[in-house]
Amino acid sequence: MFESPGISYATLWPVLLVLGVACAGVVVEAFAPRAARFNAQVFLALAGLAAALAGTVIVGAGPSLGVSTGEGALIVDGPGVFSQGLVLLVSLGGVALFAERRLDNGVSAFAGQAAALPGTPAERTASQRGLEHTEVYPLMMFAVGGMMLFCVSGDLLMLFVALEVLSLPLYLLTGLARRRRLLSQEAALKYFLLGAFSSGIFLYGLALVYGFAGSMSLAEIGEVAAEEGSSPLLLLGIGLMAVGLLFKTGAVPFHSWTPDVYQGAPTPVTAWMSAATKIAAFAAMLRLFYVAFGAEGDIWRPAIGVVAVLTMLLGASFAVVQTDVKRMLGYSAVAHTGFLLTGLLGVQTDAFGSTQAVLFYLTAYGFATLGSFAIVSLVRGPNGEAGALDRWAGLGRTNPWVAATFAVFLLSMAGLPLTAGFIGKWGVFAAALGAGQWPVVVVAIGSSIIAIFFYVRMIMLMFFTDPSEDAAAVVTPSYATTIVIALSAVATVLLGVIPGPVLSLLVDAGGFIG
Amino acid sequence: MLTTLVLIPFVGALVTAVMPARPKLWAFGFAIATLIAGIVTMFTAPDTDRAWMEPLGVHWALEMDGFGKLMVLLTVVLVPLVMLAAVKDHDKRWYAWALALEAFALLTFLAADLFVFYIAFEATLIPAYFMIGQHGGPGRAKAALKFLMFQLGGGLVLLGALIGFYVVSVEAGPPSYLISDLAQLDIGTTAERWIFVAMFIAFAVKAPLFPVHTWLADTTEHATPPTSVLLVCILDKIGTFAMIRLCLGLVPEASAWATPVVVVLALISIVYGAVLAIGQDDLLRLIGLTSLSHFGLITLGIFAATREGLVGSILYMVNHGVATAAMFLIAGFLITRKGTASISSMRGMEKATPVLAGTFLIAGLATAGLPGLSQFVSEILVLISAFDYNWLVGVIAVTAIVLAAIYVLWAYQRIFTGPAQLSRQPVRDLDRREIGVLTPLLVALLFFGFVPGPLISAASPVVDPIVNVIQAGE
Repeated sequence: MFESPGISYATLWPVLLVLGVACAGVVVEAFAPRAARFNAQVFLALAGLAAALAGTVIVGAGPSLGVSTGEGALIVDGPGVFSQGLVLLVSLGGVALFAERRLDNGVSAFAGQAAALPGTPAERTASQRGLEHTEVYPLMMFAVGGMMLFCVSGDLLMLFVALEVLSLPLYLLTGLARRRRLLSQEAALKYFLLGAFSSGIFLYGLALVYGFAGSMSLAEIGEVAAEEGSSPLLLLGIGLMAVGLLFKTGAVPFHSWTPDVYQGAPTPVTAWMSAATKIAAFAAMLRLFYVAFGAEGDIWRPAIGVVAVLTMLLGASFAVVQTDVKRMLGYSAVAHTGFLLTGLLGVQTDAFGSTQAVLFYLTAYGFATLGSFAIVSLVRGPNGEAGALDRWAGLGRTNPWVAATFAVFLLSMAGLPLTAGFIGKWGVFAAALGAGQWPVVVVAIGSSIIAIFFYVRMIMLMFFTDPSEDAAAVVTPSYATTIVIALSAVATVLLGVIPGPVLSLLVDAGGFIG
Repeated sequence: MLTTLVLIPFVGALVTAVMPARPKLWAFGFAIATLIAGIVTMFTAPDTDRAWMEPLGVHWALEMDGFGKLMVLLTVVLVPLVMLAAVKDHDKRWYAWALALEAFALLTFLAADLFVFYIAFEATLIPAYFMIGQHGGPGRAKAALKFLMFQLGGGLVLLGALIGFYVVSVEAGPPSYLISDLAQLDIGTTAERWIFVAMFIAFAVKAPLFPVHTWLADTTEHATPPTSVLLVCILDKIGTFAMIRLCLGLVPEASAWATPVVVVLALISIVYGAVLAIGQDDLLRLIGLTSLSHFGLITLGIFAATREGLVGSILYMVNHGVATAAMFLIAGFLITRKGTASISSMRGMEKATPVLAGTFLIAGLATAGLPGLSQFVSEILVLISAFDYNWLVGVIAVTAIVLAAIYVLWAYQRIFTGPAQLSRQPVRDLDRREIGVLTPLLVALLFFGFVPGPLISAASPVVDPIVNVIQAGE
């Protein structure tokens, strides 16, 4: 007799709402006239995300928090809901950046007609008619839905489904840049091929783990592993699954897509994706490693430690030699993955432990990266965004406010006190040191010094260097982008000066439940 | 009340930055207000202690003991003087940053919580970075970057120590970053030593000491003299301040363990800094390097860890602040007249600018430790402690006095004596504003040279508990 699993709609409605809005977006795309689509899509996306964000707050504050629903496929607990809220917050900013049409003569940053080959008459016609793809909004909403599921997945299968739901739209969005389309398409293909491989590897690892434990549920896997001890089957499974997740987060040696995709993707997509994907992937990774593989900590911690060390060192060192601002931020994202992995090495505690540290770091990083890429999209020359670093010289003199705001984000990423990044860095280092991982912390401190160099050099370039001949200019954006940048900057400073409320919220949210 | 003392310059920085009319006057007004607040709080202010980041055990805790009072006094007095000296060739950005720097520097001297101290310690760097990078010679951007990289590098190493304290604190119970709580912690020997090493590296970069001093001369060469005053006379003091407060105060056993190495580094700094100073042609580099020598002596006095040594070092920090501030400012006045900082392109200045020459000589001789000027007292105390520690150390340290006489007098001889240079425009002597800036500093040098009592009585109560702990350990 087949029994249908009980679903706790009270805790899942924000996710379902986002996925519903995504479907509605597809319907709008099919039936609404072209002229009305843009407004309808933007409204749907913003309203849906805002409502879902309110929903996560209600769920997070409500009594039904901490339920395991759908036969354990979804576990709505404190850290999961927190990361869902974070994804939604970043995505709201993302929609605002997607909808920006004042930077490039009244059209968005997305290709007019993706099917038109670059350099053909078809492309020219499309851009003359001012066409644009409003499908990006439903695509984004699907990805957001996938990310939200990823944050609360309680079994392996759901983990995989959510991973795919969030990944596929990202591959598409990466390839939709209006300018430098070949670069964008190349990035999309690279991202897709490598992503597909890593998904395959993840699935293989998943199968091995199932073969070991005889269950898909993370909690049951954890129990079986604790009882039976480690077996080669389990360890191989852990390793392969880790590869899949480390790929998504851009950890060395699975990072090679990161700078290319960050550079090639339309900047609004980079801004949103770099923040949101990392949040979702780390939320899932924390849950997987603590709940399912917690008993094997002695085995995966050294391995993750090595990955963290490599990621920090390589990310920071390569960022130093970049000459393009998006690539530099791409490698800096790799370095931040390393710092986050350092936090993963800690242990779950009732007080301020590893989970809290990583989630706070993600909050800090999310705002900083969203804001900094938004600023990158404003700094333009005659042929679109001014990527080359030397064209940013002297920006602090011509546009002191923009440069100063960018400096705030850079300083936060560098981890200077009175910015959110500092508390984040303090947290992940403290978590790792508390677990006795001092060699990794030493490397992390060393990498931070390298990282500071390229952030500070950027500030030096903006404020202390004279503008070059083809210096970039700042284009005045619409209110939406301005608000995103301003709010990100305010959040970055506020979380650095009074992090208390968010820290308490994280401590109250507790750990992951099995 | 102590919070107000920090807030006044901080608010002043924001006001100065946005004020369209007469921003420098506003900035000066805020600096004077800070001076008044600083003096008032010295007599009346109760300690502050309230929770700030509870999950991390961070308190917004401020207190002002005798040591803190001296450093606060030095800071609040120097800032308005420097602002007065800087008025001609610095714009409002510099004034805003100067006030921000003052706010964070005061916070480091007042912090009774290690986390607060760390935040302020790092936060001082941003104003300093912009002050170096936005005003000064053509090499300023590189100098600013070098300065910031050294300081932030040291700061991150200190972050390791900060986190180390947290980890130990959590193991013992609910975490607390209050310095008084951290002093009670039972830290294992190995952990304590690591924490000491991390802290010492950070403070040695700050102070600075050999071999992490290389940013100092580049910075003073390319920054403007008023910036250098704030950096060397206030900011660098945080390094030696923290050596006493945090190294000796929190990890006394590890400090005693490391003393031989620290003493050697201090001795190298003393001799090497002075020898380098003698050979400099750039006047600002010269003054920067003399400070390396002086910081060596201060560190020596601290780690010799006798009563005389510690009192001497605390006095030294104040006196060095005053004397070196005077040196930098006088050099700045000289350089604006000559258009160059190169000693070899100046001579015979005492005929054209007798007042300037006189002030230079007084400040220079104070730096060289002439009896009757304030630095002499502190130097003698430090040297006594050095001889107590080991006679050989004392002998090497004493060379500082000889070398100092050489670098001061030889510089004076090259710049001011000899036949006057012919120039189309007559070189003016110090004007009223410049004399007004220097007078308080020179009076302080003379006054504390003859009446060091108030300084000693302010420093002694701070020193006694530290010395008691160390002697109990032995």
